[in-house]
Amino acid sequence: MVHENSGQPLLSVEGLITEFRSAEGMVRAVDEVSYQIWPGETLAVVGESGSGKSVTAMSVLGLIPRPPGRIAGGRILFEGRDLLTVTPGEMRAIRGKAISMIFQDPMTSLNPVLTVGFQIAEAMLAHGDMGRTEAAERAVELLKTVGVPNAPERYHQFPHQFSGGMRQRALIAMAIANRPRLVIADEPTTALDVTIQAQVFEALRLAQAETQAAMVLITHDMGLVAELADRVVVMYGGRVVETADVRTLFHAPRHPYTKGLLASLPRMHERSERLTPIPGAPPSLVNRPSGCAFHPRCAHSAGRLPCRTDVPVMREIEAAHWSACHYAEELRQSQERVEA
Amino acid sequence: MTAEARPAPSGSPLLQIDNLVKHYGARGGARKPAIRAVNDISLTLRAGETLGLVGESGCGKSTTGRCIIGLEQPTGGRIVFDGKPVVHGKRTALTAMWRDMQYVFQDPFASLNPLMTVFAILSEPLRLSGMSAAEAQARVAELMRLVGLAPEHGNRFPHEFSGGQRQRIGIARALALNPKLLILDEPVSALDVSIQAQVINLLEDLQERFGLAYLFIAHDLSVVSHICDRIAVMYLGRIVEIGTREEIFEHPQHPYTQALLSAVPIDDPDLRGKRKRIVLQGDPPSPANPPSGCSFRTRCWKTTEVCAAEAPALEPKPHARQAVACHHAGVLTAEPA
Repeated sequence: MVHENSGQPLLSVEGLITEFRSAEGMVRAVDEVSYQIWPGETLAVVGESGSGKSVTAMSVLGLIPRPPGRIAGGRILFEGRDLLTVTPGEMRAIRGKAISMIFQDPMTSLNPVLTVGFQIAEAMLAHGDMGRTEAAERAVELLKTVGVPNAPERYHQFPHQFSGGMRQRALIAMAIANRPRLVIADEPTTALDVTIQAQVFEALRLAQAETQAAMVLITHDMGLVAELADRVVVMYGGRVVETADVRTLFHAPRHPYTKGLLASLPRMHERSERLTPIPGAPPSLVNRPSGCAFHPRCAHSAGRLPCRTDVPVMREIEAAHWSACHYAEELRQSQERVEA
Repeated sequence: MTAEARPAPSGSPLLQIDNLVKHYGARGGARKPAIRAVNDISLTLRAGETLGLVGESGCGKSTTGRCIIGLEQPTGGRIVFDGKPVVHGKRTALTAMWRDMQYVFQDPFASLNPLMTVFAILSEPLRLSGMSAAEAQARVAELMRLVGLAPEHGNRFPHEFSGGQRQRIGIARALALNPKLLILDEPVSALDVSIQAQVINLLEDLQERFGLAYLFIAHDLSVVSHICDRIAVMYLGRIVEIGTREEIFEHPQHPYTQALLSAVPIDDPDLRGKRKRIVLQGDPPSPANPPSGCSFRTRCWKTTEVCAAEAPALEPKPHARQAVACHHAGVLTAEPA
């Protein structure tokens, strides 16, 4: 699907700052993060542990525990309304209805003492004006939609009677129960085996086709991004470093981190002699490098002063392609040289 | 100890496994069926070679590794390492064997004692092998340099290191006594993507330098295809296909291997929708109650009557060089139903 990205975004995160109190003082997990998602679009947010990708999503959902966390700045506009200013009651009405979520670990996201079917129906009863019978019928339909066999029987079973893949499908069913406009999926397939992952992708696709919801897909798996996303936001050290449509990001990345990440991946069907790793380790949030957080690991910076002193801002390098690198233009040149 | 290269692969294999079986809970009487974690596995591994053992959770790949190193007592079968049979349950024999065979665990957070410094962790096997304190000190520094850690950080504790560095400590500990075989159980799957490539390169360097053999247990097929010479694909306690990297990845013959490969997301958006993806129905059956005949038949699109009646033998097929355990082995042609 190609999106024109015209009109009003469904969700617009603007300059979000989320901090946590820790033994080492205030730690900024999300540092002036901005991204938009348009209706019906699949936006992948990629990054490694500590990049802030999940904390951003939890901030959108109003699920940052306070204390130790706090949102220190920015706006989160959903359909034009700032979610940071709504009351907890209003947030509860939005969460699970207009915005829903799918978490990584399906076992801890389900209540072990309630049947799976009841939990899906409950999601509708909590928000809707639906009767019990109708909610139960729709729950069975939803289980069928996401590919759970024998849905009427499965409705009455408990989470421990479901396998990991089935539980994740039940969560997807729950997430789309109220026909949300936005689904936030945080590593939805990471805990699953690869053949089960393929089943869950299909379920996600069917769920999205059914509801036309936009999806924020949080992941570290570039393969998953390539298969599912329309656009990609790359995060590093609590900041967004690059955004582009999925093809541009994979074929002509304009940030050294994105480039390094793609180059470091082992690939099936091609046995290069050696992988090209990114040296060093992701930064600790307590002790973030000065200037560009990526500069100590950057193959492109070559120790240039601005990388060490100035935090690069996001710039539009070409139409709808943004990068937070002081030297993003040079990356294009090297790309052209490769092609020539 | 010197870091001399070991002799090139010769005639007899370094590790030979014949008909390995591991059942759990079999002694508890008839009330509970035994979990058949590993069912009749045979493998060989030559010096300096990397054999990948792949499959999904519960397929028995880690149990196989743990039986080989003696952490689990097999229910049946024979394991010969370096010309000597592995004697399970005999501590002294195992300890002697562990000089030449070591295990690297998946979770670098759980496999290092949090109360010991890196120096203590690395010098323990050296001192137990009879090395003097001075020799051990020098060897620890050498080991740390070998895996890319600064020797001056030897007095730090595991929690002061990142995940990738901790996995390097686990590898250094495994290398301490100059082993011939490392069993690597998901050595990079707990690491961040940008760190995985560092550890994979390190493992390749160490192998080249010391002529190590690796049994590489993993579920990530991209990593396996990068590092392994030969690959064994496991399903529900059995090997369903075994062959060279090229045979398995370019010409898979078993439906399960084909499904597994097609399920891996490829990081190229241009291929989206153009690859044929086989989505298997259902989940793997329980190893406590495996289906009759071929254990994959409940999820297979090629299944016929013979599959339920008869377990297919792992054998070479006329049209392929690798060994395949399937009555209907062959290249992927028809679209699975």
